[in-house]
Amino acid sequence: MVTATIQTPEAPRVAGASLDIEDVSHGFELDGTVLEVLDDVSLHVAPGEFVALLGPSGCGKSTLLRLIAGLEPPTRGRLAEAGRPIAGPNPSRVVVFQDPTLFPWRTVRRNVAVGPEAQGTLKQSQQRIDEALALVGLSKFAKAYPHQLSGGMAQRVALARALVNDPDVLILDEPLGKLDSLTRITMQAELVSLWRREGFTAILVTHDVEEALFLANRVIVFSDRPAHVKADIPVDLPYPRHRGDPRLAELRRQVLGLLGLDADW
Amino acid sequence: MSDISSRSEGRPAAPRLTLADVVPAVPRPLVDVVGLVAGIAWFAVAASALALEDVGDWPRTPTFAAAAGLLAAGFIAVALASRWLGAPSRWLDRAGLWLIVLGLFFTLWQLASAKLGWVPLPFFPPPQALLEVYLDDFPRLGESILASVKLQLWGYSIGAVAGFLTGVSIGWSQRAAYWVHPVLRFIGPLPAGAWLPIAFFAFPSSWSAGIFLIALATGFPVTVLTWSGILSVNPAYYDVARTLGARSRFLVLKVAIPAALPHVFVGLFMALGTSFSVLVVAELLGVKAGLGFYMQAAQGWGDYANLYAALLVLALICSGAVSLLFAARDRFLSWQKDLVTW
Ligand SMILES: Nc1ncnc2c1ncn2[C@@H]1O[C@H](COP(=O)(O)OP(=O)(O)OP(=O)(O)O)[C@@H](O)[C@H]1O
Ligand SMILES: [Mg+2]
Repeated sequence: MVTATIQTPEAPRVAGASLDIEDVSHGFELDGTVLEVLDDVSLHVAPGEFVALLGPSGCGKSTLLRLIAGLEPPTRGRLAEAGRPIAGPNPSRVVVFQDPTLFPWRTVRRNVAVGPEAQGTLKQSQQRIDEALALVGLSKFAKAYPHQLSGGMAQRVALARALVNDPDVLILDEPLGKLDSLTRITMQAELVSLWRREGFTAILVTHDVEEALFLANRVIVFSDRPAHVKADIPVDLPYPRHRGDPRLAELRRQVLGLLGLDADW
Repeated sequence: MSDISSRSEGRPAAPRLTLADVVPAVPRPLVDVVGLVAGIAWFAVAASALALEDVGDWPRTPTFAAAAGLLAAGFIAVALASRWLGAPSRWLDRAGLWLIVLGLFFTLWQLASAKLGWVPLPFFPPPQALLEVYLDDFPRLGESILASVKLQLWGYSIGAVAGFLTGVSIGWSQRAAYWVHPVLRFIGPLPAGAWLPIAFFAFPSSWSAGIFLIALATGFPVTVLTWSGILSVNPAYYDVARTLGARSRFLVLKVAIPAALPHVFVGLFMALGTSFSVLVVAELLGVKAGLGFYMQAAQGWGDYANLYAALLVLALICSGAVSLLFAARDRFLSWQKDLVTW
């Protein structure tokens, strides 16, 4: 488990950073025409908030995450982390991609070590790496290669690879999508306790309404492409939450309605 | 996670079932019959060498017969003691059929060439003539082997390194691609042999010309395959690395190159074949040392046994080089599944 021992005593953990997304629009050139993907999206995320993004497939959620990560500049609009404009990728904002995308030539442990290695902090980070591996329950697979892992295990390695950087903003693109329902429920609980302990800001894209409601402070519902914010629903329930909570069921009905699944649900 | 812990130590080896795992073990026979037959076949080799008069002058006939007899005795001993021997008897078990066929082949060769004169001499000398070359002309042959290996090593290494660096730079940098790509397209497909006449007067020595030709033949496939390997790297790898704080140095050295390595090895294998053919051509036509030169000289003098002896050595060297490259690949690409075994 990642525990308080990770943090150096003289530098107490700062809570996650705020995110400001202002009037962001984005389009892709496709065969000479422009495919509008994001349409004037504005979103303000407070430090340490857990925000879930929901929306139809292909509406532009992953694209928004890429902009937040700094992998691409937006066509229009501004993005800022903790008040500073986002100009490029930075390990303070780490992404767990929809696909685990592990480096197949690196063992599990060396995959987790990519962040510290790239930032030149590998020596100091050995213990963190082991802790991150333990956190996702893969200590015993430290020396395995990605092709020897199941899909769910690979996704957990990707999660460990992100967490080891101690990010201010953790960006999660359907990180649990490939897990079986049991592991998924366990990982959801792990994610909540991790987030509560570490205090980072979390942005989670998911297709699973229940997951969004179980994890997040706020659920943002996007429209069809080009995506704009259709609804911004606060989830004011205390943690740890219970899946059977009737207030969750009510919220679930509301969100499904916004996604176009009315009535008989 | 106890169910998976058994796979945890090191790199779990892929389970490779062989017939032996599936079929219940049969009690080992008292003697290895195939091994015995192999021994008999090799006694036939010795006997055929001794039994009849040679039709020519081959002083090494008794040596050859003795060597064959020794091998035969060895096979029979291992076959008889197979219950108590480990590695040697397993080897004999696996190689047995081949040894029988080889024994028959050598017997037939001996009879057809040295004893009955069925094949035209001196073009098809008997095996003892080859043995004679290895035993009595070893200094000259060894010198040629060294020269060839040295030339090949220099040429191939220079070509491989240059090709790799060129491939990485044009795969990574648009500007490098702008300048190098047209040259590569124009010159690359030209067979290295076409440079031969120019190379031999443009270079100060035939040796450096040979290195140039071999390097050229190696460089082109390595460049092209490295380049295509770099271009086909999944861009998501770069995204991941960049969000984790990687800069271009890390992206090139620790993402692009490892990801392209399987392609690079394909290029190295292709280059090995072409570079060997260039080596031999260069030595046959201009370089005054090496196995090609040795063969050329042997043919000129009508020493056909030397020709075959050198050819055999060349085959061993080429096959050894391929094995080495496979070993290197297995080491560097151990993370890949389903590697072809050599
Ligand atoms: N690099 C690109 N070039 C062109 N079009 C792109 C590119 N990336 C994404 N798109 C397009 O943008 C749209 C939104 O893609 P995005 O991946 O953001 O969807 P998504 O909301 O994450 O979908 P899903 O839930 O299925 O993952 C899609 O129509 C896609 O075709
Ligand atoms: Mg997506």
